[in-house]
Amino acid sequence: MGKVTFSMGGIHPHDSKFARECAIEELPLPPVVYVSMAQHLGAPAKPLVAVGDRVKVGQVIAEPGGFISAFVHSPVSGTVKGIAPRKDLAGNPVMHVEIAVEGDEWDPAIDRSRDLVTAIPDDKAAILDRIKACGVVGLGGATFPTHVKLSPPPGKVAECLILNGTECEPFLTSDYRIMIERPKEIVVGAAIMQKVLGGCRCVIGIEENKPEAVAAMRAAVTELGYADIRVQVLRKRYPQGGEKQLIDAVLHRQVGSGGLPIDVGAVVQNVGTALAVYEAVQKNIPLISNVLTVTGDKIPANLQHNYLYRIGVPLSFVAEQAGGVPDTAAKIISGGPMMGKAVSNFDAATVKGSSAILYLSEAATRRRPETACIRCGRCADACPMGLEPFLLNRLYKAADLEGLEKNAAQDCIECGCCLYSCPAGIPLLDHIRQAKGQVMGVIKARAAAAKAAAEAKKQ
Amino acid sequence: MTQTVIWTVAILAVLGLLLALVLFWVARRFRVVEDPRIDEVEKVMPGANCGGCGFAGCRAFADSAVKAANLDSHYCPVGGDEVMQKVAAILGFTVAAKAPQVAVVRCNGSCANRPVVNDYDGAASCRVKAALYSGDTLCAFGCLGCGDCVAACRFGALSMDPGTGLPVVDEKKCTACGACVKACPKHIIELRNQGPRGMREYVSCVNKDKGPAARKACAAACIGCGLCEKTCRQGAVTVTDNVAYIDFTKCKLCRECEAVCPTGAIHGVNFPKELDKEAVKQRIADRKKKEEANG
Repeated sequence: MGKVTFSMGGIHPHDSKFARECAIEELPLPPVVYVSMAQHLGAPAKPLVAVGDRVKVGQVIAEPGGFISAFVHSPVSGTVKGIAPRKDLAGNPVMHVEIAVEGDEWDPAIDRSRDLVTAIPDDKAAILDRIKACGVVGLGGATFPTHVKLSPPPGKVAECLILNGTECEPFLTSDYRIMIERPKEIVVGAAIMQKVLGGCRCVIGIEENKPEAVAAMRAAVTELGYADIRVQVLRKRYPQGGEKQLIDAVLHRQVGSGGLPIDVGAVVQNVGTALAVYEAVQKNIPLISNVLTVTGDKIPANLQHNYLYRIGVPLSFVAEQAGGVPDTAAKIISGGPMMGKAVSNFDAATVKGSSAILYLSEAATRRRPETACIRCGRCADACPMGLEPFLLNRLYKAADLEGLEKNAAQDCIECGCCLYSCPAGIPLLDHIRQAKGQVMGVIKARAAAAKAAAEAKKQ
Repeated sequence: MTQTVIWTVAILAVLGLLLALVLFWVARRFRVVEDPRIDEVEKVMPGANCGGCGFAGCRAFADSAVKAANLDSHYCPVGGDEVMQKVAAILGFTVAAKAPQVAVVRCNGSCANRPVVNDYDGAASCRVKAALYSGDTLCAFGCLGCGDCVAACRFGALSMDPGTGLPVVDEKKCTACGACVKACPKHIIELRNQGPRGMREYVSCVNKDKGPAARKACAAACIGCGLCEKTCRQGAVTVTDNVAYIDFTKCKLCRECEAVCPTGAIHGVNFPKELDKEAVKQRIADRKKKEEANG
């Protein structure tokens, strides 16, 4: 089959994957780690340890704070020094557990050998429990708890598991490196998720700019002999890694407004998540480490790295180990250049979903001065969700919530294609993100009111 | 010829009569009965249509006021007591006098007091900025300086001071409609009683960080030390979440809290004399000595 892609919108930024040849190195342990209690989507976790407790690597230190939440494990061994709010990378206070590192003593239940285990346990519920107990969350960006995503609501059947190896964000190379260095583990992870979902087929989507990854994954699938796993090469286009875009590209099915992937029989998981699932189920290793790229534009090659870091390591420590912050850096971003967040507090701790430290130069990061909209329609052409950003921007300025909802501001995936393509430098994404929040508030309030009315009727 | 004229006139007359009947019927059938008092009330309203009262405009306010059982939930902040008395007279209600209010900016994080630690390059909107991160200074609570409040003000009462980077309220123009209070994502602006001859005492800080962190972020921050709370004899000052607040209904404008505040976070405005801090401190010390002597 030829190369495919999604049907609507999208842009072609330069892929800038400068760190693609850097093999994954293990980051040394810092003197102190700060483990955030809110590193997944949903309710923050509740700490289970007290100040002064001694913890081992992989020991549970916090339990889920709700249905959509996740366990948090100690990434290091040492003593709990404090449980207090600390500023995250945006400067907002979040509860953190501070652990002073002493040695590297692992929980004895963890299998630390690198031997590949291909025999998958039989009991589906036990696998799901293991995934939940190991605190696995989606590593594609949204950090949605994986066990929730792998339990489709009753009546919905998953037909296809899509493994997201697109890594469509420029600069990022962490997924690329794990696909090259640990393809077999990823494939077994995929097979485990297929089993949990009731034996559906699996497609691994990889963009064409990563031929080595495609070859490595294909070789792994052939060697392990999984007949129902297929590697699909996708044309390079941003935001292909968006859940709905990837489903469109691979299955040619569109998820409706307000719908979920499972509505069209799809479940999308990142390749990093597949690796985490493999480690959780086969090796009993909780999600305490992840791979992060240190890169940027116009920075020397010796400052670029792919690190296997322990969660909770401060960003500034990672940068120090990588050789320091380059002089040309005008802006530091956590994540990719399109959807990542600018870092205002460089002492913030890494979290489960940290994927990159990105240094952008002055020229690459400055916004153009805003001028008037000339209705050229480039934003509407670029929008992968088929929205009209220029219209939403105008409705936002007029505070027309009804109009915003009618024009589906709530469907925005915040990919930034509109802002990227706007020749007038209008902060379309900033405004639409605000509008989306307001519309979601209205929708939630309406749902809550309807629920209350229904309950009042019952009584 | 004559006949044509007669016919024309007759047909037109009959047509006119028929249409008049139709119009008469339509007017009767679709008549909207409206309380004439709505018009009267609307006439005495300021006509700013600012929405400060919580209604869509002056007409909506009048409509609701006429239907209401009393005027407890109706107040026009722009017109104030004067207008409310007129409205009450029209509708035959009585309203208690309400103290006139004014918008107060509770942040003193000027460029000199609060050093900028990073460079914000995004959309020039406080709402957008607040959603992205804690701001370009170390204070996560203070003014973001993009002027959403200025844009929200319908009366031209707010302006950004280029020297301090903070909004300034023109007390003569402010009608206390509350639009700026709603527009500010950091909840810095508060409606407070104007006070006698405009004299007011307030804490110009909302930083909830602990003392050292607040102090590091801003030289004029409230550090929650509680000296003001201890000094106040009216029980008007309370410190919650490391920040002091002065209840303007209890404050007697003695300015003792202002004198003891170590960071100058408490502001007194429109007082005829400048505050002599040392004299007030001496007065407090003397009083304490006396109290101790009396047991």
